[in-house]
Amino acid sequence: MTRAEIRDLIIEIIKDIDDEAQFDDVSPDEPLRDQLDLDSMDFLDIVMELRKRHKLQIPEEDYPQLATLNSCVNYLEPLLHNA
Amino acid sequence: MVVPATRIVITGVGLIAPNGNNLQEFRANLLAGKSGISHIEHRYFGRAPAGCCDFDTTRYRKKKENKKGTRAGCIAVYCAHEAMLDAQIDETHYAGDRTGVYLGLTEHGTVETEHEIYNIKGYDYDVRYWSHHHNPRTVLNNPAGEITVSLGITGPHYSIGAACAAGNAALIQGAQMLQLDEVDIALVGGVSESTESFGIFASFQSQNALATHDDPHKACRPFDQQRNGIVVSEGGCVFVLERLDAALARKARIYGEIVGYAMNSDAGDFVLPLGERQAQCMAKAIARAGMQAADIDLVSSHATGTKQGDVEECKAIREVFSQGSHTYINNTKSIIGHAMGAAGALELAGNLPSFDDNAIHPTINIDTLDPACALPNLVVNEPVHDVSVHTILNNSFGMLGINSTVIVKKF
Repeated sequence: MTRAEIRDLIIEIIKDIDDEAQFDDVSPDEPLRDQLDLDSMDFLDIVMELRKRHKLQIPEEDYPQLATLNSCVNYLEPLLHNA
Repeated sequence: MVVPATRIVITGVGLIAPNGNNLQEFRANLLAGKSGISHIEHRYFGRAPAGCCDFDTTRYRKKKENKKGTRAGCIAVYCAHEAMLDAQIDETHYAGDRTGVYLGLTEHGTVETEHEIYNIKGYDYDVRYWSHHHNPRTVLNNPAGEITVSLGITGPHYSIGAACAAGNAALIQGAQMLQLDEVDIALVGGVSESTESFGIFASFQSQNALATHDDPHKACRPFDQQRNGIVVSEGGCVFVLERLDAALARKARIYGEIVGYAMNSDAGDFVLPLGERQAQCMAKAIARAGMQAADIDLVSSHATGTKQGDVEECKAIREVFSQGSHTYINNTKSIIGHAMGAAGALELAGNLPSFDDNAIHPTINIDTLDPACALPNLVVNEPVHDVSVHTILNNSFGMLGINSTVIVKKF
């Protein structure tokens, strides 16, 4: 997947969690949870969806790397390069 | 401080039923005998008659919250908001920490557990795909807790697990908490999402207690000779209870006063009901109300449409109301099916308007009345009008021999 495709994947997953989530003003380098109505259980939904869709098993110690849109892309790019 | 003489009144009603999403609509369809039962298709199970509800699930919370929570929680939140609006209670009338939520459940978590097992089947039963939402969804306080989250209520909340007596049991719990001065407002009632569980249908079928009929409207037929079981329904009903003095002070509309109640246990069979103990339960409630059986104008029966259950309740009613009473008897399940944890509350709610409209809705689907169920003044197939109803006795019984009776008096 390209970086743009990974970004779209994250946005798609979050919109599945909250169809009212607005990404127009989301800063890619600010924590998603500070900008969107997401709590810890919603965050685990993202982890679960990545597991279901791409068989990714993300260890808990790596969760901080999913904090922002850009950090998600950076972290997932090598894991999804063949996807 | 315990004030036993404290009078408790109902000042708000919020509900969903298979044939109505507010009390006015529900009442009109009950009087018209308009069934809310249809056939549904279940995973694994196949076709069965059931009472499903169709309401605006995003009226009081976002779709996101519905996804995170449970169907039971969604029903509970809708009913609680409707009840508070109906009671015309806002933050100026109550403190969040002096409001309690006591919600009756027959079961909880069955639907979510079945869904999760179905889900991980798609991943070769790899439990890493089991949802992190499972535990907060299936804790037994879930539907009551979802109400507190949605309404910002910081007082106590918990569920009352009382099989199909749960709606009445929650009413009793709320009344007692008000009498104990633990809270100033109690949100009480029950919810059922049982129609989403194939296991509940399958278990009733294995017990030979699940209703079948080509016409789903005719499937639930308590007291009829050809009745063949229960119709599982979804539903919810939440009442606002207050102490009478507080309700009068704010000029609240009062639906009725809870004047008597009782609960007891058969201490016998796991599933078979016992008329003798049901009669004792009714008699205790009547005594607590300081009444005689002849003071009861209407018995809202529990009968579910099973062969033995209906006969046992009729025996009990005959025993308690043996003195040539004028008391009418009706049955709401014949119209909406068995809404399990919500049944007691919904059936009471459906009858409360009789205090004002002087009518009693019928027990429908009686083609041939079972002689064993031929109670005097049973309201059969058509409503009765121009009757004076001042007291309603509401029966709800459940598995493991749990019996409950609540008596509400016109205020």
